[in-house]
Amino acid sequence: MPKFARELLFPLIAVVAAFIVGGILILIIGDNPIEAYRLLLGSALSWPDGIGYTLFHATPLIFTGLAVLVGFRCGLFNIGAEGQLYIAAFATAWVGITFANRSAWLLVPLCFLAAILVGGLWGAIPGILKARFGSHEVINTIMLNFIALYLISYLTQYHYRVPGDPILQTSPIGEGAHIPRFGAFIPGFPERIPLNVAFLLALLCCLLVYLFLWRTKWGYEIRATGSNPTAAEYGGISVRKQIVLAMAVSGALAGMVGINEVLGYRYRYYDGFSDNYGFTGIAVALLGRNHPVGVILAALLFAVLQHGGIYVDGFSEHVTKDIVQVLQGIIILFVAAESFFKWSLGRFGFRRLRA
Amino acid sequence: MLELRQITKRFGDVLANDQVDIVVKPGTIHAIVGENGAGKSTAMRIAYGFYTADSGQILVDGQVRDIKSPHDAIALGIGMVHQHFMLVETMTVAENIILGAEPGTALALDLKSAAAQIRQLSEEFKLAVNPNEPVEHLSVGQQQRVELLKALYRHARLLILDEPTAVLTPLEVEEFFAILRRMREQGKTVIIITHKLSEVLAISDEVTVMRDGKVVGRVQTKDTNAAELARMMVGREVLLRVEKSDANAGRAQLEVRNLSVTANDGAKRVNGVSFEVRSGEIVGIAGVEGNGQTELMEALAGLVEPARITGEINYEGKTLNALGARIRRELGIAHIPEDRHRRGLLLDFSLAENSILGVHYRPPIAALAGNVFLDESAVQRRASEIIQAFDVRPPNAALPARALSGGNQQKLIIGREYRVDPKLLLVSQPTRGVDIGAIEFIHRQLVRLRDDGCAILLVSAELEEVTSLSDRLLVIHDGRIAGEVDPKVATLEEIGLLMTRGH
Repeated sequence: MPKFARELLFPLIAVVAAFIVGGILILIIGDNPIEAYRLLLGSALSWPDGIGYTLFHATPLIFTGLAVLVGFRCGLFNIGAEGQLYIAAFATAWVGITFANRSAWLLVPLCFLAAILVGGLWGAIPGILKARFGSHEVINTIMLNFIALYLISYLTQYHYRVPGDPILQTSPIGEGAHIPRFGAFIPGFPERIPLNVAFLLALLCCLLVYLFLWRTKWGYEIRATGSNPTAAEYGGISVRKQIVLAMAVSGALAGMVGINEVLGYRYRYYDGFSDNYGFTGIAVALLGRNHPVGVILAALLFAVLQHGGIYVDGFSEHVTKDIVQVLQGIIILFVAAESFFKWSLGRFGFRRLRA
Repeated sequence: MLELRQITKRFGDVLANDQVDIVVKPGTIHAIVGENGAGKSTAMRIAYGFYTADSGQILVDGQVRDIKSPHDAIALGIGMVHQHFMLVETMTVAENIILGAEPGTALALDLKSAAAQIRQLSEEFKLAVNPNEPVEHLSVGQQQRVELLKALYRHARLLILDEPTAVLTPLEVEEFFAILRRMREQGKTVIIITHKLSEVLAISDEVTVMRDGKVVGRVQTKDTNAAELARMMVGREVLLRVEKSDANAGRAQLEVRNLSVTANDGAKRVNGVSFEVRSGEIVGIAGVEGNGQTELMEALAGLVEPARITGEINYEGKTLNALGARIRRELGIAHIPEDRHRRGLLLDFSLAENSILGVHYRPPIAALAGNVFLDESAVQRRASEIIQAFDVRPPNAALPARALSGGNQQKLIIGREYRVDPKLLLVSQPTRGVDIGAIEFIHRQLVRLRDDGCAILLVSAELEEVTSLSDRLLVIHDGRIAGEVDPKVATLEEIGLLMTRGH
């Protein structure tokens, strides 16, 4: 079997198994699983709405999946993508509001930069804490999620909200900061569908992350650190630098969710916009085998489920969109099972089996 | 006691055992020797029920038996101790031993009587193991004895030991052999799988030699010698002694002055060590493992934080103390670490990726756009050069390092470090777990590098190796240099005394 087929096999089994278990559940609930799945997949793959919304939902998941992937490859577990994307989205909106009258040529790059830099900086903080003091990145990224979330809620509420607006959101960004939706250049594709060029940026990022990790010396050093830090150190690689670098890159990727959300969709910062993108990114990276191509496939699958779930909710008698959560949960469970078994056996002293 | 008849076993395309016949007489210590991959472990795992043979018979006490699982083997009185221990580190010795054979009823575990029984066994064979000690507190040698107890507790009459001495220090090996002899006196039968000839000669009564899945020799230990066994194992004449001319030493390449290294727990692992290594000579450091060799080498390689080092490390007249591993490599220092899995290799990386570790960031490996991108063709070229020059098998640069045998992993590391044309080579335990044929090769390469003018500092737990390779020999004890001897005239007793007692 070629290598890519072997890599695909396990995630594929996990997905199929999840659908089978989910089907049994639907049967127990008293509905026809085939009908429910037809609704779920059919609605997500219809043209133009289904496909448009599926790709739109996939965009943030690709970014966060890549973010988690870069961390994993350096041996780091970035649970902070959620906070990183929030604070970056707010920074993007802030630039879009503050420099609203500038021309698009200046404003769009500036907003991009804000998303990438602020996300990267927020990601670098737990990296620095780990490199400098050895404190665990899982704890620190979780804590920084709360800090980011409440900090920007506060800023939105008390400083950037339009007076009288009942919704917790900022004032709109300048028109020059808008990035084109697909409707603008694909004939017949309605502009109300928020799918925008950030999706293409996400695909470009997959390519860039691949080149970065597997074709540059920096990527080599990050992966070496993730694979065996003591050997990396022996090879003259500064493990501390790699930890900070990987967390910064990871945060920057998560931050780019802000581009999709603020510049391509709502044109303002909308508080609590993230549908757990940062956390779903962990599942996307796991299911995608920590490879950029896998991340695209996994993000598309999760987006299909997310979008199709809405239709299942509307048209099925007993099954609600919660079935999507159930399916996602089972997929993650099956995917995690492989690593979990290896890990738990290793933990109890059966070192030989760990390999 | 045990007889394998015409055992054949295939793994895919590989014929691991080809009509293997082995006869083990009761009450003897029987050695099975051969290079890595010769099929020794496979044959024994078949006897223990881990694998089933494709064809052939197993006889226990003269009767044909069907051993389908280790459970069947244990019931017939066969026990096996694996190279990698299977112990739960957080549990006590007694808990580990009864695991899978818990005494008492389903609800009430009778740990007390088990502990008493274990204590009795431990005393019978003088194993000195406390049943109530957690395994994580035990040394490697003690853990091994727990594994022995595990088999004895299950009433094993035949013990199969897979490379039991690989993890032991020379002193522990002696104690371990004494235990094996006591077992033989008590009527137990022991099979020991190994590739160390000195041990075969020291402990066994009979030897079966395997090569490429076949049995190529059966001899009484008293009728053979190391050279004959080596020839049978490798299939050609093997030089067991290193052939080398006198050193043509030049100027001092490395000068160490009053060097001390403090560990994390505050203890001084290296304590005021001074010596020098000149270009064109091999300076050996002999000593029982754990006497500061590891810390000394890591300090010289730049892998210890400068704050934990006092004294001076001078290289070509410049001080190295504050410089990191990368700069030291750039100055021409190469390092073959003692632990190749922990330090030397990225096991999940391909051979190609491993072959560039340490030079991955500079031309010709890194090229384009300010030397940011890895030049794939340069990487492949370097990998295939190393693989060819050092006969790394299988010669496939795309394989992960994990897939290679220990000896081939070592050859890859040595090839990588040689490839940078070092002016100073730090090398620790270069032939640990390596086949005889490869050992000879590695030794020749070390001497060749010396003759090219490299300064070499060699640490080895194998006294034979360190005495035959070194031009000058230092003995380390408790972090201090206990003495310097001339390896050409010093006796092993003399060195051994310095190793254990210091001054």
